[in-house]
Amino acid sequence: MRPKPKISIRELKKVFYKKQHSVTALENISLDIAEGEFVCLVGPSGCGKTTLLRILAGLENQSSGEFKIERSEKDRPNQSMVFQERGILPWLTVEENVAFGLKMRHQPKSHVKERTNYFLNKVGLAKFANMYPKELSGGMKQRVSIARAFANDPEILLMDEPFGALDEQNRYILQEELLSIWSETKKTVLFITHSIDEALYLSDRVLLMSAQPGKIIEEIKIDLPRPRKLEDIRSNPEMASKFLDIWRHLQVEVQGSRL
Amino acid sequence: MKDIKNPMETEKQEWRKQQTQQRLKTWLTIFSPISLLLIWQFLSQSGLIDARFFPPPTAIISTFIELLTSGELFHHISISLVRIFAGFLLGVIPGIILGLCMGLYAPIRHFISPIIMALMPIPTLALLPIILIIFGIGEVSKVVTIAGSVFFPVVINTAAGVISIDSIYLDVAKNYEAGRKDFFLKIALPGSLPVMMEGIQMGQAIALLTIVAAEMMGARSGIGYLIWTSYSAFLLKEMFVGLILISFFGYIFSLLLRWLQRKLIPWR
Repeated sequence: MRPKPKISIRELKKVFYKKQHSVTALENISLDIAEGEFVCLVGPSGCGKTTLLRILAGLENQSSGEFKIERSEKDRPNQSMVFQERGILPWLTVEENVAFGLKMRHQPKSHVKERTNYFLNKVGLAKFANMYPKELSGGMKQRVSIARAFANDPEILLMDEPFGALDEQNRYILQEELLSIWSETKKTVLFITHSIDEALYLSDRVLLMSAQPGKIIEEIKIDLPRPRKLEDIRSNPEMASKFLDIWRHLQVEVQGSRL
Repeated sequence: MKDIKNPMETEKQEWRKQQTQQRLKTWLTIFSPISLLLIWQFLSQSGLIDARFFPPPTAIISTFIELLTSGELFHHISISLVRIFAGFLLGVIPGIILGLCMGLYAPIRHFISPIIMALMPIPTLALLPIILIIFGIGEVSKVVTIAGSVFFPVVINTAAGVISIDSIYLDVAKNYEAGRKDFFLKIALPGSLPVMMEGIQMGQAIALLTIVAAEMMGARSGIGYLIWTSYSAFLLKEMFVGLILISFFGYIFSLLLRWLQRKLIPWR
């Protein structure tokens, strides 16, 4: 028998209703994600991928259908989200931001301190612990956001285009760091991105979404061995064809949504 | 032609130029009030303006020293400061509490804001007769008058401050399971603080305006009383001492609040 999926989503539907007309943002999403799997969700803008993530994050309610996140420990939070840029609190220092989730759940002080320090070191921000976010670069802010999510030790991690606003160099460095922390903690991750490169590099499985109504229309397994290097992805002919595959699909979708 | 072979030297000169400009600006700021006083002194002494209405600054200073040594001035200043502080706190604290409630809970906001909007345009000073009837002519009525005029800018700015908190921070709080108390202390309060402080700055300015007028109407002491009685008795030097004191305290208070702002909002 196959092990129970970590995340199971069944016929999830989200409809936005506004003055006489309604828009179906998500149409019957059914999906299983295994424990420890890294899944990327790729699709054109407005295809509802952020909506899906926000429903899983408890920030929005679905119109119908259900989802379940398998729990392993009673005290562990269900999920933690890494937000797009601006997701860290400007009035808290780097350290307080990383400790935020643990403090909100009133964990013992020593535990908070220990985990916070561990992940501050992991993302290379120990030196900046007492600084406020205004003094940090975009890349450093996202490191804080990632450290906060991992420090909270949730069942699953949800990431909403965390590297979308970064330049390419920084983006690659952060992807690499993320993979290194992930491989250590073996968290289940659902990651949203626009970037096909990013999806191929990071994930075990890429899910393609179509727009209006948002549906998952294709799934592509990425079975390259880890640890990976970006160069491996670029030089691998199979990956190149997968890239084109996704690229063509997105083209069709973008064209389609323009009509 | 300049020596273009030495980039360090050109940058150094450029830096020096900027420094000089910076110093010049500081001097202008210091120079402007001094020059005003000098012109005043000159005009008054030369008889170009009537010295009875505009006594020269030196005469005002000597009157100031006289009043100070006689102990009269100290009495007026201390009583006015007590009224300002008490009234300020009595206006600011309920203003912050109600403002936070209005910002956090939409039903409270929708219920209270029409009342606030209706009462705000009425100058508290116009209510002074009623305040005197209710609270008598003692200290309480002055304190209440100041509190009444400080309250409005604080409550409005605090509520606006909470509403203006970026929704992504609310999402973060929810996603990381912040409880009611933590949400209030870690999100709502710090998030609204910058706009709230602007309201408090405004309240401080209004408190000074109000104290003078309130003491003119129903008091037997205070800086406003000093100004009013001096004017009635045509003691214009004494009146100017009072006016300058008000301007001095206004400046000191805004410096204090700005310092407080830097302490409370280090992340800006």
